[in-house]
Amino acid sequence: MDSIYAALMDIVGEDYVSNQTEELFTYSKDLGTSEPQWPDYVAAPKTVEQVSRIVKLANEQKLAVVPLGGGLSLAGLALPLRGGITLDLKRMDQILELNEQSRYIVVEAGISHGKVTAYLHKHAPRLMHSEPGAPAAATIGGNLAIHGQGDLAHPYGFNSDMINGLEVVLPTGEICRFGSCAIGNDWYTLHPLPDLQLFLGWSGCTGIITKVSLRLFPCKKFQEQDLFIVQDENLVPEIIYEMTHIGMAEDIMAISQEIPPPFNRLHCILVNISGDSKEELEFKRQLIFDGKLARYIEDGVGGIGAVGQKIERPQVSKTSDWRKGGGFEYVGSIVPVSYYPECYRRGSEISARHGIPYTVLGRVVGSSHGMMFSWTYAFNRADEETVRHAREALHETDRMVLELGGTLWKPAVFGQKLVMDRMDPNTLQMMKKVKHLLDPNGIMNPGNWEVA
Amino acid sequence: MVFFAANHLTFTRNYPLINRQTGGCMMLTLRFDENKCLACETRDCLTKCQYLDMDVEEAALEIQNIIQGKDSRVLHECRTCYACEEYCPMGNHPFYLIVSRQEERNIPPLPEPIIQQGVQLGIPFRGEPEISEINGPVLNMGVFSQLSHLAQGKLFDGLTLISTDKRKMHHYFCNLMYLHFARISVINERVPDIIQTIAAHRPTEVVHFHDECYGTYNSYAQAFGIDVPFKSIHLFEHLYNRLVELKEEIRPLGYKVAYQRPCSSRLSPDKHLFVNKIFDLIGVEHVDREYVDENALCCGSTILSQRQKGSRKFCLDLQNKNITDMKKAGAQLCIFNCPACMQTIGKQVAESGIMPIWMSDLCRMAIGEKPA
Repeated sequence: MDSIYAALMDIVGEDYVSNQTEELFTYSKDLGTSEPQWPDYVAAPKTVEQVSRIVKLANEQKLAVVPLGGGLSLAGLALPLRGGITLDLKRMDQILELNEQSRYIVVEAGISHGKVTAYLHKHAPRLMHSEPGAPAAATIGGNLAIHGQGDLAHPYGFNSDMINGLEVVLPTGEICRFGSCAIGNDWYTLHPLPDLQLFLGWSGCTGIITKVSLRLFPCKKFQEQDLFIVQDENLVPEIIYEMTHIGMAEDIMAISQEIPPPFNRLHCILVNISGDSKEELEFKRQLIFDGKLARYIEDGVGGIGAVGQKIERPQVSKTSDWRKGGGFEYVGSIVPVSYYPECYRRGSEISARHGIPYTVLGRVVGSSHGMMFSWTYAFNRADEETVRHAREALHETDRMVLELGGTLWKPAVFGQKLVMDRMDPNTLQMMKKVKHLLDPNGIMNPGNWEVA
Repeated sequence: MVFFAANHLTFTRNYPLINRQTGGCMMLTLRFDENKCLACETRDCLTKCQYLDMDVEEAALEIQNIIQGKDSRVLHECRTCYACEEYCPMGNHPFYLIVSRQEERNIPPLPEPIIQQGVQLGIPFRGEPEISEINGPVLNMGVFSQLSHLAQGKLFDGLTLISTDKRKMHHYFCNLMYLHFARISVINERVPDIIQTIAAHRPTEVVHFHDECYGTYNSYAQAFGIDVPFKSIHLFEHLYNRLVELKEEIRPLGYKVAYQRPCSSRLSPDKHLFVNKIFDLIGVEHVDREYVDENALCCGSTILSQRQKGSRKFCLDLQNKNITDMKKAGAQLCIFNCPACMQTIGKQVAESGIMPIWMSDLCRMAIGEKPA
């Protein structure tokens, strides 16, 4: 028997390790345009100690280790570019502590957002966490590893800003904690200890996040989604500025897409609001629609598309449904809100060049402090020509984002290189030092954020 | 093109119409007789309006302004409730005229993005419908294919459903809602193709689930001289006739009900009579309330988004007035037929303690079937 396989079997048990082609196949792909990349082994640990032992084994064998959450990044970030061990963390899905008064929940990082939401609905219905605009199977750890954003991005920022503590297995196998939990106390704060956060946004290149204390926020009794529509993209930034000034919304997104037709060349601003009473909801509606947005309505340049709708996350995945073959991938970026018009225009031009109906989405992060803007490109998985077009469109968009002055969010390797090419040399060297310090054998998700 | 006959006997508004299949061009003309307005003493179209406070004298002036293509406060303040089509004692078409004028003078009742979105909503984008020749009576769900589940049971026996595929439903969309959008031109451009699609099924008669479709192929088509090569039946007339056939199976329901009359019902007031006929037949009491029949209030669906200052608040007050009136009259159920009305106020109705229910479901309950 393969000695590494045997060692992995010893760590996680026979049922949770594989080197069989049919199982490795599943882990060789993600949902985007990336070419398949095969791991040599896949292991699914249950405990942090098992993770630690696997990482130590990988160091001994100089084998790559790629942590995998829900596998939904689309950009190939959890594909084993150099083979090795894919570490499927989804068995680490326990809820360890709920502290309602202090509004946090401690979970294992492989837990899905959907499971956290379901748990809170049942055990703490007055609390919620910020769920990303991804399928419910997306994991907490995976989302932190890419600096995700979610339903509460407007008031509270990135999901990675909403944590009180972390447990991480370092690339050399040590188990470290950060925040109040590091001194044996409860998981109630990340600050004010010296900043050692070197794991968020690294796509698993500096360690494996295994436990997280997530901040929870008030979940009000009534929640709704309202819709405001404009035709002129140049109005979007000022409308968002007005809405973020009054701070009544929990989430603000602007979407525009060629298909279906009602969204074509229009900008639909989705506004999620909540209240513990109907009166609270109506108060917020008044401030938004009768106050800040009234002049746009009376001028005839903006209109209320809907009020009081059930909250639905925009599912860019539906874009893939407009083209046979069901594939899609998007470029994400973080840009100033003022870039919205240009992002929309340039994105729709790129889409048109590649014969792909355009789909763009902007989500406000903070009080207009930034916006996650994405461009989605659909393709037919069975038609290599459409995959090529989508891939080229993605690369053009990566370049366009940086030309505009934006920052790529969870870029694929192609985009990571573009970012690092433009990065301040001192910052780049700092990244290199951090990576080498933490991961001297270069085993953690190699190929990603790799400084030459 | 707008022109007046020399003797001012008739006013017509022509719309160029390009047939997508033949490429040929034809003109659609609104049949509006100015003389009827001159002969009218009551000016009910405007004096009865529940949203414009207008006496006969002012109404006479304003209607003349509208006819002559001049500006009028009516064009700016119209809530597009369709009711003036019913109020008109002369059988003229005041509402179609008002909407025509709003479009000509570019006085849209709604903000432009809402109009644009609405107009784009009706664009088919997922292929052509599969046409099968029925050679019998059919049921047309219009653009509401997703409500096809309502059309089941004995009341719908013998009807073949067309427009069943929600991906293709826009090919059956009557487009009349663009009256709310001041877009007569869009209706006139699209309706002939929709008629061709329905006619291609070779129906012997078409039962229209929604009032709006029925109004399109009867009132509107006639007003604009659009040929409709099939016989249309209003859903309520069909339900009534079927209930009569199934009379032995009817068990009186005994509920007190209110009815949310949709705007497009104003285009077929003769069919509105079937509401009470059905209620009487199935043993429900239509409660006596203020906002009923001719005085029915709009659900507010389109008013919510209108450009007029304070429209959202106005809409909320209107809805509150309507539901409070239902409640005060003791209604246990509120009967809907229009999906837009149901979507707009159904939830509020339910929250007030009155159960919203489709007319088709109510009728099915009366013959012992379970509502969909």
